[in-house]
Amino acid sequence: MTIVPTNEAEAADAIRAAQSSRRTLSIEGGGTRLAFGRPIQTDDTLSSRGLSGITRYDPAELVFSAWAGTPVAEIEAALDEKGQMLPFEPMDHRAIYGTGGAPTIGGIAATGASGPRRIQAGAARDLLLGVRFVNGRGEVVKSGGRVMKNVTGLDLVKVNCGAHGTLGFLTEVTFKVLPKPERTLTLILEDLDDERAVKAMSAALGSPFSVSAAAHLPAGGGGERARTVLRLEHFAESIAYRGRELAKVLGAFGRAHEIEDDESRALWRAIRDVEGLAQPNSDMLWRVSVPPTHAPALLARLKQAGLSFRYMLDWGGGLIWIASAESAAASTAVREALGRDGHATLMRASDGLRASLDVFQPQDAALMKLTAGVKASFDPDGILNPGRMYAGL
Amino acid sequence: MSSIAFPTPDPAILARRDEIIAGLATLLPPECLVTSEDERRAFETDALTAYRRLPLAVALPRNTAEVAAVMAFCHREGVKIVPRGAGTSLAGGAIPQEDAVVIGVSKLNRILSVDYANRTARVEAGVTNLSISDAVMPDGFFYAPDPSSQLACTIAGNIGMNSGGAHCLKYGVTINNILGVKMVLIDGTVVEIGGQALDPAGLDLLGLIVGSEGQLGIVTEATVRLLRLAEGARPVLFGFDSSEAAGECVAAIIGAGIVPVAMEFMDKPAIEICEAFAKAGYPLDVEAMLIVEVEGSEDEMEAQLARICDIARRYGVKVVKESRSATETALIWKGRKSAFGATGRVADYICMDGTVPTSQLPYVLKRTGEIVASYGLRVANVFHAGDGNMHPLILYNVNDPAEQAKAEAAGNDILRLCVDAGGCLTGEHGVGIEKRDLMRHQFSEVDLAQQMRVRAVFDGRWLLNPAKVFPLDGRIAA
Repeated sequence: MTIVPTNEAEAADAIRAAQSSRRTLSIEGGGTRLAFGRPIQTDDTLSSRGLSGITRYDPAELVFSAWAGTPVAEIEAALDEKGQMLPFEPMDHRAIYGTGGAPTIGGIAATGASGPRRIQAGAARDLLLGVRFVNGRGEVVKSGGRVMKNVTGLDLVKVNCGAHGTLGFLTEVTFKVLPKPERTLTLILEDLDDERAVKAMSAALGSPFSVSAAAHLPAGGGGERARTVLRLEHFAESIAYRGRELAKVLGAFGRAHEIEDDESRALWRAIRDVEGLAQPNSDMLWRVSVPPTHAPALLARLKQAGLSFRYMLDWGGGLIWIASAESAAASTAVREALGRDGHATLMRASDGLRASLDVFQPQDAALMKLTAGVKASFDPDGILNPGRMYAGL
Repeated sequence: MSSIAFPTPDPAILARRDEIIAGLATLLPPECLVTSEDERRAFETDALTAYRRLPLAVALPRNTAEVAAVMAFCHREGVKIVPRGAGTSLAGGAIPQEDAVVIGVSKLNRILSVDYANRTARVEAGVTNLSISDAVMPDGFFYAPDPSSQLACTIAGNIGMNSGGAHCLKYGVTINNILGVKMVLIDGTVVEIGGQALDPAGLDLLGLIVGSEGQLGIVTEATVRLLRLAEGARPVLFGFDSSEAAGECVAAIIGAGIVPVAMEFMDKPAIEICEAFAKAGYPLDVEAMLIVEVEGSEDEMEAQLARICDIARRYGVKVVKESRSATETALIWKGRKSAFGATGRVADYICMDGTVPTSQLPYVLKRTGEIVASYGLRVANVFHAGDGNMHPLILYNVNDPAEQAKAEAAGNDILRLCVDAGGCLTGEHGVGIEKRDLMRHQFSEVDLAQQMRVRAVFDGRWLLNPAKVFPLDGRIAA
């Protein structure tokens, strides 16, 4: 059965009822990223789609609040009207999961979906100022608020961001926003290998010109050339100057050419949504976080291991997307190539594979104990998205 | 007579003091253990100096292993622990209690590595905030959070309180600038949380730890983000005839799509105090002043300042003064950053730290003045206007208990006002003991219970910094 509460009290009632009858709940927003995490079987589904609408938007304060089930498109349209945006450039997962429907703002908070601008403007969890949620006891809890600086009490906001609905059913979220940049300009370097590309991105990100995104799209099988792309976003009077200065910084890596505004935005939308690796959707897809300069060596180890794969780098090299034909052996190769250097998440694979291995990076015993303890402190009977992140939790 | 309560010390622990010290002495060399009354006095309070308690003993371990050994020992013996950085907390976050061992991290003070290509540094938690920027500034980088106490305060304390500063309007607070920590749990277990990557592997435990006021563990190392310095930075001073006009100007600048690096507010009493101390060239014939700082190349700063000055003129700005040299810039910031110290030369004060939505600034400023006047006291306001983080300094005489009680009552009224205006009790100083008993004004019992249940996962017996943050009654253990 799918339960669709139309207000917070109904959501609390539903969870209280589920707890007393020990019925487990799948948490669902727009349903566009349900394949993110381990596959789970539950008694019922609790949907946020009845909780929709912007509850407060103060452009001069750079803050809005919305019910968790509000479509992202509705929020982006409202922000756009005031010349503002979600700074962390949330990824739309529909391309990689081949899903329809409308992503929700609650889904963005629950998955911590941050895009290319994360390196400059912060991640979803950095911009999420406040949450209201129903915990596994059926209690309505609030944490944070709508001000940018707030250290009052233990912060339950960030731990709920990216918890995949395992700690609480988000009902309302409050995000900080930023003015949209007047202009955007992307510099493109061609034909760099991974090593040189990461060096170029490090140089750009270590320059004073506020690079807001840095990605590397390696040469593809179709004959297209490798592209290393660096984005500037600024006031109209600054953008040309910054473009010239950044090109000088990058001089050692070749002559950069530029794309602007709409063309630049389209490119970054494709990078944000990992469109280049979305097909074939039978390929499994890994998302790997490492210190940026370690990315080339990791990729070299994967090649040495004989794995056939396609990939792209975002976050200056700190985020690697890897696509390959699905297999348990290839999965092992990814985690082995990574070592203890960062973490790898299996973003897309068959239910069977995602059920049989750790979708999220396995952690050592002390951290797992804390993780299990935190889960139990919110959801003592394990009724909210049980097993979504870790088997048995 | 003080209004903030301390828990009654556990007589069983006090009776075992010699035995506990003997136990600690097996774990630490003599120079790392402070036991004499005279020397313990140095640790009896922090920057909330109206309150003090002599700790049982003070441990000053030199490395993570020693921190772990002391914590495991205290945990085994049921001895409470109060973590301490540099002791600069304005909220009493580092004030000990008689039955607790203070663990100070001041000897863990090395910068372990600097990695410009990945824009991070690994530091021991006892390094001072400013020493990180000092170390990397020659290479054009800096560590962004800049609390006013940055010369003295430690990264450990910054992590405990999720410290901010004047420039966090653009660059964020501590949590936005930390990627990983090494932390010792209450039983002595050492964990690594996060690392050099930009997102967490699983649950965002780092997001719980930063700002947890030393209740979840003791951080011994941290990986911090380094940022490249802008080409240049320049503040401009605006003087206004009223606080309301200054507040409206702040909202208008942000509303126009401009987010300066910093936007600081001072009212007339604060301007007078700071100018007398720093000779920064602040205008003395205005009711309120803003310091607005922009960054970039010369041309970019000119262009941005032109836009900002246009807006200020629309709000009737009376004095506009742009910094024309690095010396002037340094003086302007010296005046602002020494505000608390300069005020301390004039009178004793308590510093509030509530945050309000920026649209509420004019109203909250007006009410703050009325509240303090109603207690017959004076107030100076100096704060981060861009993010609504207010710092009313309530002036009083610490040797007059009646006046102290009035100052604290006025402070509490102001913080309730901040919460009622849609804000919170503390923006960057933390709850400590100071605001502990106001927590129920901001949070419901359910909210607090959820926080305490999470706390209990890390410290089921409430041994770590136990008298802080949460009201002393109604606590939830594991």
